[in-house]
This record gives sequence, C-alpha cells and structure tokens, in this order.
Amino acid sequence: MTSLPHASTPKKKLGLVIDLDTCVGCHACAVNCKEWNAGGFHAPLPDHDPYGGSPDGVWFNRVHSYELESEDLGCRTVNFPRSCLHCDNPACVTVCPTGASYKRADDGIVLINTDICIGCKLCSWACPYGAREFDEDAGVMKKCTLCIDRIYNEALPEEDRVPACVATCPSHARHFGDFNDPESQVSVLVSARGSMDLMEELGYRPVNKYLPPQKARIEIKSFEATESPAEGSSSPLLKLLDRILSR
Amino acid sequence: MKPASSVLLLTTLTGFGYGLLAWVGVFDLFGWLPDTRSFGPAAILTALGFSSAGLVASTMHLGRPERAWRAFSQWRSSWLAREGLAAAATNVPALGFAISWWIRGPDIPLTVALGLCAGMMALLTIGCTAMIYASLKPIRQWHNAHTLPDYLIYGAFSGILLLTLILGFSHGAVRLAAGIGTVLGIIGLIAKRAYWAYIDSQTPMVTLASALGFSSGLVRPLDLPHFTENFILREMGFRIARRHRRKLRRLVILVAFAIPLACASLAALGVKPEALSVFAAVSAGMGLFIERWLFFAEATHVAAVYYGRAT
Repeated sequence: MTSLPHASTPKKKLGLVIDLDTCVGCHACAVNCKEWNAGGFHAPLPDHDPYGGSPDGVWFNRVHSYELESEDLGCRTVNFPRSCLHCDNPACVTVCPTGASYKRADDGIVLINTDICIGCKLCSWACPYGAREFDEDAGVMKKCTLCIDRIYNEALPEEDRVPACVATCPSHARHFGDFNDPESQVSVLVSARGSMDLMEELGYRPVNKYLPPQKARIEIKSFEATESPAEGSSSPLLKLLDRILSR
Repeated sequence: MKPASSVLLLTTLTGFGYGLLAWVGVFDLFGWLPDTRSFGPAAILTALGFSSAGLVASTMHLGRPERAWRAFSQWRSSWLAREGLAAAATNVPALGFAISWWIRGPDIPLTVALGLCAGMMALLTIGCTAMIYASLKPIRQWHNAHTLPDYLIYGAFSGILLLTLILGFSHGAVRLAAGIGTVLGIIGLIAKRAYWAYIDSQTPMVTLASALGFSSGLVRPLDLPHFTENFILREMGFRIARRHRRKLRRLVILVAFAIPLACASLAALGVKPEALSVFAAVSAGMGLFIERWLFFAEATHVAAVYYGRAT
C-alpha cells in the first residue's frame, strides 16, 4: 500500500547517522554498498562499461565533496555521502500508483517491491534527495534498502548485522540504529551533536541524520607561520643548515 | 526535467481528446450540434481516439508496460493512479453518450445527461493529470497554483479547436465554436505568459547549504561523486540554454496561440471556416506539443543542487 502506515506507535525507526566531521570521503561506503547490493535484495544492479570511458550504473550511495566556508570553522572540505533518508513523510511512497513503493510499519524502512513496479519513475521525481535510481535493464526503480538483507540476517554474526556502508566505514563516520530508542547510539549522537534535517523546508522529515562539522579542538597553525623549516628548533646544527640554505 | 516524448504526447493528445469530449457534452446540452444520427458517435469516438492514443503513448514511458494495469490500485494516495482510473471511467459515460445518441437521438434527457457526465469525467481526468505535476514538491515550476488551471485551459482550448474542425466538415455551428476558440486562445495566451512571468520570478526552494543541513556558511561543490552522467542527472538535471528558451517561448506564442487565434477569429467571422479550422487545430497541436516540451525542459528539480546545477 502506498498510503503511509499510521504512525501512532511505530515499534522502531531505523536509520543512519553520518558524521560529516569525520567522513574522509574515501567512497568505501559507496563501493561496499554496490558490492553487497549487486548480490542482495535488489540484485543485479546495472553496471555498464565499468572500466571504459563512460561508466554508468545504479548506485544507492554517492559521495560528494564540498568546500564549506564559515566564521566558526574557517574554510574546509566537507565530504557528503548521499543516500535514501527513509523519510517519515516520503512522497516517493504516496505518489506510487501500484503499491510497489512502501514504508514498513515495523521499522520505517522505505522499500520497493520490484515484482510489481511498473517503472513510471514518478517516485524519483518526488524524491528531493535524488536517492532513487532507475534500473534500465530491469525496467524498475531501485533504492537503498538499509541493507534489509543484512540487518535481520541471522546467518551473519551479530556484529555484522549493520548496513554494508556502516560495516565498511574506516573512520567510523557512519552509525546505524533505532531513533525511537533514546538510549541508542544514533539517538545519543544526535542529541549530543545536534543535526539539521536536509532540505527541512520541504517537510519530508528525513530519518537519517547528518552530524555537522565541528570546530577543530587542536590549534591549527596557518601555513605562513612556518615559512622556515628550522624555526623554533633549538638544534645548532639545524640552525646552521638553515642559515646556509637561506643564503 | 527531461522531456520524454511519450509523456508529452500523453498530455497533449489527452488534452485534445478530453477537451473535445467536454465540449461535445456542453454543445449537446444547448442543442448546438448537428441533429444527425452519426455526428455524436463520430465526434465522441474521435475524442476517445485521441485520449486513448495519448494513454497508449504514456505506457511507452514505463519500464514494464505489461504491468500498467497495476497502476489503478493506489488511488487513495497517488494522482497517477487517480488519472488512470478517471481515464478508464470516462469511457463508460462517453460510450453510453454515443450509444444513446445513436439509438434515441441527441435531444432526449438521457443523452444530454450522459454527455454532461462524460464531459465532467473528461475534465476530471485532465485535472488528475495536472495534479500529478502540481503535487511534486521538489519541482517549483510545477508545484504551484498555475499548473491545474493551465492544463484545464489548454485542454478546453485544444478541444474546442478540434470541435470547430469537426463542425466545419459537418456544416454545424462552426462560427460559434470558432468564437469560443478565439476567446480560449486569448485566455490560454494570457495564462502561459503569466506562468512564465511567475516561474521567472521564483527563487529556488532550497540552497546547497540547506540541502546539506547547514544553517550558515558558504558552500561550493568541490568534487563530484562521478564523472559521467547518471540517472539523476539525465532525468532531473536536464538543462536548456537560455537563448533556446527565449526562441522556444516565442515559437509557442506564435504556433500554439497566435496562429490558431487568428484562424479561429477569422472562422468566427465566417471567412473560410472549413479550411481555417484545420489550420487552427493543426497549429495548436504542434504548438502545444512544444509548450509541453518547455514545461518539462524549464522545470528544475531540487536534487540537482547536490551537483551544483540550477534548481
């Protein structure tokens, strides 16, 4: 049913917290997502001309890099992994004419039943985050499943029952959990660091949260201050070398 | 937004078909149609031919057209499902209208009532089509108060031009229909210019900063996630050059409105209504197709902001 579940007492609200302060932009989450999902719930995923001049395919996670300049933070790079936010008010679900697109009442995950999807692409138009990608080979829409085939997979060791992007992140910038549980790691992180909804003004009420970049806790010296490599050194040998080289 | 020809054909052809059906119902109410046995059924089947051609074209847009029947199920939440249901339901009173006209004639209350019912269903279907676009929040050029009335106006305009053409060939009240066509052409032209003025004055709904959840600071794209176009950029990041936009807008004014308007007004005055009504309808058909192309091409999607493209 593409009508949204009545959210009186949803049991769980599963989602991700992504720390923009610690994300290093390595794309490991995107790669491991592709690797897992190419064989998972939405398999196969198109992957055309992967080593050629114009690679093209479906990815559920895309990592952008931006330059942020603000008074508190100065100028810095912010890496931004973009994927489905499993919104509480997902228009991608309600516009679906077939019932293929749905939001699970039990855990809030937004999924597509590709067996009944007609490939009208309307859900991709309704999503402001560009999270849904069309599978040209299968003629149906595909999207992030929050690795539904990992998080409930009893064949996996318990510590691996997290989305592939979370499991692989080398800088622990990604966290998975239940936002309805105030004690969960994701809830604690959000209340400690604060976060804004992406495109809050559109009212989709995304579940996934992004933690904002923080002010560095160590002093960052500007490049100009260390013009001379031996400056500040008390070694007579280095001072001598500096004088000779500076001539 | 990428203008897909299947969707452009859908909205243009159903505009002509459902517009014609609505006008046949109204003209029958006032007894303005030729009192021949074949006129009503012929006009109604022409209308259904146009709308069906549009609906068939729209299935070409689907990745899995053989599953199109599933699109009727979610009418509680989806305007696309409502459009499909309304389109299918319109056929019932429309065919009843044609049969009742053929058997009992155009003047009896049953025929008139079925005609009005078919006409209202036809307008409702155009309204559902418009709401598919008007309900999409991420696209500011569609999600506004212009989309619904505009679709109804262009449907009524193209429908009356088609009726004028048919009346021209069947010695009916062609000058009256051409007169209405002239008025609707003027309204359509004003509506289109008002729409363009509106979208040109809009400010984007989101900024790159709000898209990233930042309340302050200046954000610039640095590195893209991929170097080639993906589905999102092909579908939602479609760009049209400003100079092309200006030319195409002028072309729409000329071909969709000015030429049909001139032909219809001359036909209304009694100058060669048969030939001019053909010119008017064909010109409006081509012009409204370009108008619909621009409706898509000029529309921007907020997701493009992540790639630093205009929204």
